[in-house]
Amino acid sequence: MSTGAPLARRISTYLYRRPALALGLLLTPPLAWLGLVYLGSLVALLVQSFFSLDGFTGQVVRRFTFATYGDLFTRANVDIILRTAGMAAAVTVAAAVAAFPLAYYMARYASPRMKAALFLAVLLPLWSSYLVRVYSWKLILAKEGILNWTVTRLRLEGVLEWLLTLPGIGGPSLSVSLLGMFIVFLYVWLPYMILPVEAALERVPESLIEASGDLGARPADTFRRVILPLAFPGVVAGSIFTFALTLGDFIVPYALGNSAFFIGQAVLAHQGTAGNIPLAAAFTVVPTVIMAFYLVAAKRAGAFDAL
Amino acid sequence: MTTSIPAVRFTHVSRHFGDVRAVDDVSLDILDGEFFTLLGPSGSGKTTCLRLIAGFDHPTTGRIELQGVEVSSLPPYERDVNTVFQDYALFPHMTVAENVAYGLMIKKVPPRERATRVNEMLRMVQLGGLGRRKPSQLSGGQRQRVALVRALINRPRVLLLDEPLGALDLKLRQQMQLELKAIQQQVGITFIYVTHDQEEALTMSDRLGVFNAGRLEQVGTPAEVYEHPATDFVAGFVGVSNLVSGLVAEAIIGSPQTFTIRPEKILIRGAGEPISDGMCAADGRIRDVIYLGAHTRYRVELAAGGELTVTQQNVDTTPLDVQTARGRTVRLMWHRTHNRQVFTRP
Repeated sequence: MSTGAPLARRISTYLYRRPALALGLLLTPPLAWLGLVYLGSLVALLVQSFFSLDGFTGQVVRRFTFATYGDLFTRANVDIILRTAGMAAAVTVAAAVAAFPLAYYMARYASPRMKAALFLAVLLPLWSSYLVRVYSWKLILAKEGILNWTVTRLRLEGVLEWLLTLPGIGGPSLSVSLLGMFIVFLYVWLPYMILPVEAALERVPESLIEASGDLGARPADTFRRVILPLAFPGVVAGSIFTFALTLGDFIVPYALGNSAFFIGQAVLAHQGTAGNIPLAAAFTVVPTVIMAFYLVAAKRAGAFDAL
Repeated sequence: MTTSIPAVRFTHVSRHFGDVRAVDDVSLDILDGEFFTLLGPSGSGKTTCLRLIAGFDHPTTGRIELQGVEVSSLPPYERDVNTVFQDYALFPHMTVAENVAYGLMIKKVPPRERATRVNEMLRMVQLGGLGRRKPSQLSGGQRQRVALVRALINRPRVLLLDEPLGALDLKLRQQMQLELKAIQQQVGITFIYVTHDQEEALTMSDRLGVFNAGRLEQVGTPAEVYEHPATDFVAGFVGVSNLVSGLVAEAIIGSPQTFTIRPEKILIRGAGEPISDGMCAADGRIRDVIYLGAHTRYRVELAAGGELTVTQQNVDTTPLDVQTARGRTVRLMWHRTHNRQVFTRP
């Protein structure tokens, strides 16, 4: 210590007097990671999407072309994109609606103990493997599964059967249908919605809610005009997670889907068995573009005004 | 002022939080059109009383009436009162004009009338051109004014103000005190004002109620409360006061009863000066001198024990006098009539 201390002190003083150098030292590793590894691979991906596949030789032609993007707009691929975006939108809306009451309770009413318990309950599923949880749901939703059993006991099997006959979202059983997929997506991404919404609601001062009531607004008005606008950035933050995660997922569609592909599966199939790396890359660009449009729309809607 | 129905009536109102009696058996009438202040230290129950009137909280027992109608269990949006919050509680996602218009919008007042009244209100508090700003772009004093007119625009029967000037600096606070008082006289609405600042309470109020530990110690005009404090707590909290009791009281007035004497009523005379008729006297030695600009505060150690605080206007005093006063033996004198018997809570 006696010999080390003065050196440590000199270093501290040196850095204290050169904040720019200290900042540079702190930022270089993460920026190097983000800039080179992350952005670099994104650029590589983007470049790949402008190459094309020679259908005859199966070789990637490394020449700039929009042809691959042209392939993206074939009927089958557009279906995949619309199906995925539709599912992502449905999951996002449902997650927002399901998360809000719990987040509201956690932020405004729960005692500190209760709040800790609820946080644990929300986060606990994230501690176990995502794969295990998805396949557990496959069992729950199976024809012989507990959900079907419960529904039968409640004598509601007619309702379930009717739901499964609906074109597009139905299927032979919940475990092989878009409806089942929706349930599982909602389950796996719900924590990513609850946490930011809760954080946003916690930042709404109690006095604003009191002020609204004081000025004559009933609770429904207060919710619509004060609480929701102020919590909206949190909902948007959560929706970025749920929307993006659903757009890119391939496990859930693989486990619970049928032959109707999702973007994630298309990427997997094209870069794997088909070896069509350019089309896989082009597919990967789709969620990025959708998210960019989504964020612009959210900003236009004033989602970030209260930040 | 002539109507016999009080704007607010508390009848044996208590509010308990577990074992804590935040408000303890308070009965109080606040008259229509008066500026009434709830004064007390923090935790004395004054803010809880305000919240009971606003409807943010409800009494454990007792009855609250607004304009003769019981409201004890009504929610805030069913009550004809509005509140100016301590932290202003302006909606950050709305402009100043939208904030002020909020109550009218909720009441579905047509947009044109809304705009006219908002402009009128903003002009009244010299914020004419700032309607399109966001609250975050205003200074503390401007936000305070927005909060005030956001409440006033609804023309409530009673306006509640919860330490609205607490966050402002001294100069601005004094200016706003006068402004608030003027606005209150202009609009003729009952103002109920919560503060822990006794000077503010004396400056602005028609009447004030002094709270201590959930109980209402005294209600009266500023002069009554200041000149005739009902309890030792009031004497000590409203202004500075000397509390004299026991042997010292016996030495001065010949009886061991507790009394208070205001520091500014006491005169400092040379040792051994004759005591004139109707005067009390106490001999002592000046222990401490604090020069405060307009006046000087002396702490005098009494021969009979204890000490008295004395303030003297600096009319002819020179700074040198002040410096050399320490240690001098003096005789303190004051009119017997300035002594106030007070009730001491055991």
